[in-house]
Amino acid sequence: MIISVASGKGGTGKTTVAVNLALSLSTGVQLLDCDVEEPNAYIFFNPGEGEEEVEPVHRLIPEVDEEHCDYCGKCASACEYNAIVVLSGQMRRVMLFPELCNGCGLCSMVCPRDAIREVPHEIGVIKRYRSDGIELVYGVLKIGEVRATPLIDRVKEELRPEKTVIIDSPPGTSCPVIAAVQGSDYCILVTEPTPFGLYDLKLAVEVLRALKIPFGVVINKAGVGDLEVYKYSDAEGIPILLEIPYSEAIARYYSEGMPVVEAMPEWKERFVDMIEGIKKKVKEKDKVKDK
Amino acid sequence: MVKQLTVVSGKGGTGKTTIVASFAALAANKVIADCDVDAPDLHLLLHPEVIKRSEFRGAKVAEMDKAKCIECGNCASVCRFHAISDTPSGFALNPARCEGCGACVFVCEQEAIRLRERISGYTLVSRTRYGPMVHAQLSIGEEASGKLVTAVRTNARRVAEDEHCELVLIDGSPGIGCPVIASLTGVELALVVTEPTMSGLHDLVRIINVARHFGIRSMVCINKYDLNETNSRKIADFCHQQGIPVAGKVPYDSIVTEAMVEGVPVVEYSDGAVSDAIRAMWSYIKASL
Repeated sequence: MIISVASGKGGTGKTTVAVNLALSLSTGVQLLDCDVEEPNAYIFFNPGEGEEEVEPVHRLIPEVDEEHCDYCGKCASACEYNAIVVLSGQMRRVMLFPELCNGCGLCSMVCPRDAIREVPHEIGVIKRYRSDGIELVYGVLKIGEVRATPLIDRVKEELRPEKTVIIDSPPGTSCPVIAAVQGSDYCILVTEPTPFGLYDLKLAVEVLRALKIPFGVVINKAGVGDLEVYKYSDAEGIPILLEIPYSEAIARYYSEGMPVVEAMPEWKERFVDMIEGIKKKVKEKDKVKDK
Repeated sequence: MVKQLTVVSGKGGTGKTTIVASFAALAANKVIADCDVDAPDLHLLLHPEVIKRSEFRGAKVAEMDKAKCIECGNCASVCRFHAISDTPSGFALNPARCEGCGACVFVCEQEAIRLRERISGYTLVSRTRYGPMVHAQLSIGEEASGKLVTAVRTNARRVAEDEHCELVLIDGSPGIGCPVIASLTGVELALVVTEPTMSGLHDLVRIINVARHFGIRSMVCINKYDLNETNSRKIADFCHQQGIPVAGKVPYDSIVTEAMVEGVPVVEYSDGAVSDAIRAMWSYIKASL
């Protein structure tokens, strides 16, 4: 079972929900932190030096062998991203812009002289950490690297569907979010009851509807703002899975990197109940599908 | 010359938009640019009236003509973005995963695939009572948000020149990837809004390194600093070691959410400690631009 945790707006509490869900289940859980631009789940597990397996992740970028190149420019005109510029005449030269390259490999395919080969370019690392019954896998995007999606895909290759897999998605609504949540059986959208929370929730709902992933809402910082998120969820028939009240104590534990379920064990049951409810919904849906 | 200031955060939800909206109310003669094209919220506080809406074409998308397809699978074997898969009804393309590179078009001997342009959103030029605002609407699930950010910034510069504005005030997006880099390149100053949490501190270090990587001067705003003063001191120490000025420290106050519910910048809603801190921070930043 794959459950992703996402939100349109950043900072609503995705990581809080993902980490506490994993800790509440405590066995047979895999937590994949796909927010590779700002991976924060590991902070709550506090792995020590040397306790993590680290593996570099690469994508391919072109390298031009100018001895074989005749500067025909076919690579440059094929590239949709303007990552290659070929200068002809006296200034003849091939210029590569790796930060614009998306590694599609088309340039090496079109080169009539086989002068382009692809070489690995490091885009970040993937880290693995095991703590009791929980396996945490996360990606860390290299500073200055533009594209998060290939690293998210790499983190998701680690997915072990026989476990309860929890995916912490990046915020927003564009390509990295889709890469993270696609293939989930269910998605938990975390929001806060404010105008920003509501507006961004609506955007996220559109994404999940387009992807045909069933979803429900967790309202974090309940008690601040207004009631519009509740009215919207009600009108749209979106289930509210859990409410986490705004409290100074919770905010403080979070600020110290302390999971709520450890500081306030009564929350464990609420998270477990939520996930049991989700599992039931997914199974019912699968039954309908089988029929 | 037009100066550009981008407000970014690394971590989401630290208060970028709240700060930008207040700066919009405080700064004179500026263009406001919402470059958080993924989840734009600034309009909820500034209430722009759209005067110009233009189509934005980002990445292209491959399109398959199944009448010509012979199911050879060449396209799927070259696609590196998992956009083409072998389904019970034949090879199928998932536009949400397509990056429009054209490798499938190149290998298809049946000429059954072509690239077509798609409208991936709209750029908007608006009026607000705080001055001109440029923003965008990204269609759901589209990529190329970096390109859309660049389009918004190009509009912002044009409007700034036409209306003789001195400043472009940019609301950035969370993270450190494509849209963030697109909203940072070439600006005079990046203001990083952070919060005194372990996640906030961790993400601050990363975004500061991104700004440095691109040669951009940065300053820090510690928002909700009183939620954890120990962490706020850690942030201030880190900034001190790095030679990065702390432009301001803003206390936590539920008045910020109240102002948001009312749909106004907090400096116009209240004269309390939050507004005082934001005003002081703006004076500091203005002087150093």
